[in-house]
Amino acid sequence: MRINRIGLTAVALVAAGALTLTGCSGGGTTDSKPSANASAIITTNGSEPQNPLIPTNTNEVGGGKILDAIFAGLVYYDADGKPVNDMAESIDTDDSQTFTIKLKEGNTFTNGEDVTAQNFVDAWNYGAALDNKQLSSYFFEDIEGFSYDENVATLSGLKVVDDTTFTVTLKQPTADFPLRLGYSAFYPLPKAAFEDIDAFGQNPIGNGPYKLDGEGAWKHDESIALVKNDDYKGGREVKNGGLTITFYAQQDAAYSDLIAGNLDILDAIPDSAFGSYESDLGDRAVNQAAAIFQSFAIPERLEHFSGEEGKLRRQAISMAINRDEITKVIFQDTRTPAKDFTSPVIDGFSEDIKGNEVLTFDAKKAKELWDQADAISPWTGTFQIAYNADGGHQGWVDAVSNQLKNTLKIDASGAPSPTFAEVRTAITDRTIKTAFRTGWQADYPGLFNFLGPLYATNAGSNDGDYSNPEFDALLKKGQGETSEEAANKDFQDAQAILMEDLPVIPLWYANVNGGYGEDVDNVKFGWNSVPLYYDVTKG
Amino acid sequence: MARYILFRLLQAIPVLLGTTFLIYFMVFAMPGDPLLALFGDKTPNPALLEQLREQYHLNEPFFVQYLYYLGGIFRFDFGVSYSGQPVTEILAQTFPVTIRLAILALLFEMIAGILIGLVSGIRKGGIFDASALVVSLILISLPIFVTAFLGQYFLGIALGWFRPTVGAGAPIQDLILPALVLASISFAQIVRLTRSSVIETKNLDFVRTAYSKGLSSKRIVPVHILRNSLIPVVTYLGTDFGVLLVGATVTEGIFNVPGVGRTLYQAILKGEGPTVVSFVTVMVLIYLVVNLLVDLLYAVLDPRIRYAK
Repeated sequence: MRINRIGLTAVALVAAGALTLTGCSGGGTTDSKPSANASAIITTNGSEPQNPLIPTNTNEVGGGKILDAIFAGLVYYDADGKPVNDMAESIDTDDSQTFTIKLKEGNTFTNGEDVTAQNFVDAWNYGAALDNKQLSSYFFEDIEGFSYDENVATLSGLKVVDDTTFTVTLKQPTADFPLRLGYSAFYPLPKAAFEDIDAFGQNPIGNGPYKLDGEGAWKHDESIALVKNDDYKGGREVKNGGLTITFYAQQDAAYSDLIAGNLDILDAIPDSAFGSYESDLGDRAVNQAAAIFQSFAIPERLEHFSGEEGKLRRQAISMAINRDEITKVIFQDTRTPAKDFTSPVIDGFSEDIKGNEVLTFDAKKAKELWDQADAISPWTGTFQIAYNADGGHQGWVDAVSNQLKNTLKIDASGAPSPTFAEVRTAITDRTIKTAFRTGWQADYPGLFNFLGPLYATNAGSNDGDYSNPEFDALLKKGQGETSEEAANKDFQDAQAILMEDLPVIPLWYANVNGGYGEDVDNVKFGWNSVPLYYDVTKG
Repeated sequence: MARYILFRLLQAIPVLLGTTFLIYFMVFAMPGDPLLALFGDKTPNPALLEQLREQYHLNEPFFVQYLYYLGGIFRFDFGVSYSGQPVTEILAQTFPVTIRLAILALLFEMIAGILIGLVSGIRKGGIFDASALVVSLILISLPIFVTAFLGQYFLGIALGWFRPTVGAGAPIQDLILPALVLASISFAQIVRLTRSSVIETKNLDFVRTAYSKGLSSKRIVPVHILRNSLIPVVTYLGTDFGVLLVGATVTEGIFNVPGVGRTLYQAILKGEGPTVVSFVTVMVLIYLVVNLLVDLLYAVLDPRIRYAK
């Protein structure tokens, strides 16, 4: 998952109007402006990458935004999150377990090397090997030969057939594997990268629509300058001369620059401007749903939350929360009440998952369920939700606590920890004794990504230790399907089980809100909340 | 004199060691695992986490970690940030920006502060004096971020006189607005300090003597009054320069100045021990040197003060 550092620490990401995926973002027509200048440089906001610019070692948006611009993978995602072939000619499979990938010919890295099957295989092997300590190594865990316990230099599941063909064998059928291939961890690396990977991380050589503007284009903590890569022949045709990403420590500073005309595109409005940005920017304000799901988890191991009693209590808590009111009052309509466990921007999303009335506020029903649970074992103590105080979560946690107090007539409160690191540590080593805030930003636009890593038995981010064999079986069935519709149907059925068990209480989807300046046009935000910079024109 | 300086510099060594130790300890004692935070809401695989801990020596006990760090310092190796940049490079890149900003701010507060304070003090009770007092009171009472946001909005966005944030390379013209904001509070302090000091001095016997000797105000005010009123002001300016040099987190953040304060703040958020400790070490060093310079400056202003023994 891509982590938005500023989102974590300042609750910046988020907006209103859900489901207006394309409605608010269209840049309108270009004919009202002077003709676009193909050499104009677009300026946008970003944050200092937390890691060297190596695709398999970047897991946050600051670096991800740059990598997506300077590298091209097998596929890229269009504005709706649909994968479109970029370097790939075709990706074929008969059983969703063995994939044959053919590359287009004639693509090159900016140092002149050809983009071959070997470049992909080398990069993936590098990313997967334990000794290389790559933050995104888990992306390769489904490939045959992958191990977390010992260093594997070459994955047995990757075989180069010829210069433009390679095959991937997975440990088990994984229907959405091709959908994942647009994520940065799957980008190819040139041979030059392996000669000195540290130097490469500072001055990466890519094959994407943009390239670094010479040696040292990455000015740490300040900005990075990218220019159009004329040798790129993939699908993302660049309609401007380049992209300069300025790193801001605070979103307020970036917003000031946008208003003053010093910044073309901003992809995160500071909370201080939530009330005013739509009037400041008019139709240049962007408001659309993002692939970010927010929730809080109540682990089984907490007293009163196991078995039938726990099930009733979780349902009662979920129905005692008035999501509409909180998104309106606390978030000024910059979040959208949740209807499922994924996100409306994901293909296969459904508002009609069976049992999702449990996400609708119903004070009477909630109290009834709570009383039923009390009949099994009377409630004692205080219900608490842990959160990190450096992330702007206090507002909604207090609101939820108050609603629980009023509806269920119990003691409820927030349990703040000073830093994100602290609360994550308690969650990871399972020492946390309360419910806790959780969230998920999708790695790739697929339903499974919101379900498998979070709720499958023993999954990596299953912080509440949820386990339900029926749910696991449906996920497995979905991954074994060969048609996307059939797979999505299984994943929706799997969510119906979650609606009953509520391993986490779904709260809302975060939206992306941003804006752009008068000089630029055709600004669209992708499914992952990052603007499609290549498409932007500047007059 | 030379012995005095040498003694002061030697004194700096234990202070430096003590501060690096304390800061390192504080970063170490910060609750939570910085590596886990690197993964956001995703839980990393334990084996991978173990490898990363080894790389940053985070699996070692505190003293071993500290010795690794100290050992590095003696080889002028301050470590590497998570993004792969040597900390020495970060230092070399951010301090010049902050130094430019500090000098600009110091110039503003010094020139305007002393001039206005002097006129106020000489014409005590007049309209100029009264308005200077009111304005300085307002500036002192405003928290710096309020001044910063107001300045950014009115001068930067509404009037468009300045860029609201600092552009690439932090050129001087972009630094003027943040420097004015940074200078605002100290400016007000200096006005008040100079004013009261001038009022005190101008009633002293030697000034009366000078007047009765028939010297003109043009000579008495700068040479006799001002020079003798400056000692408290210089002390203030000196320490203030030290404060300015170690960065202004809030102001640098609001104006997006790629300087020391902003970088340190980000490093703290990321839990980057080596960056935090190195920055603080250099800051302590600067503070010690500036304080020494201030002490030496006393002797220049007031010949009665002697350091030689």
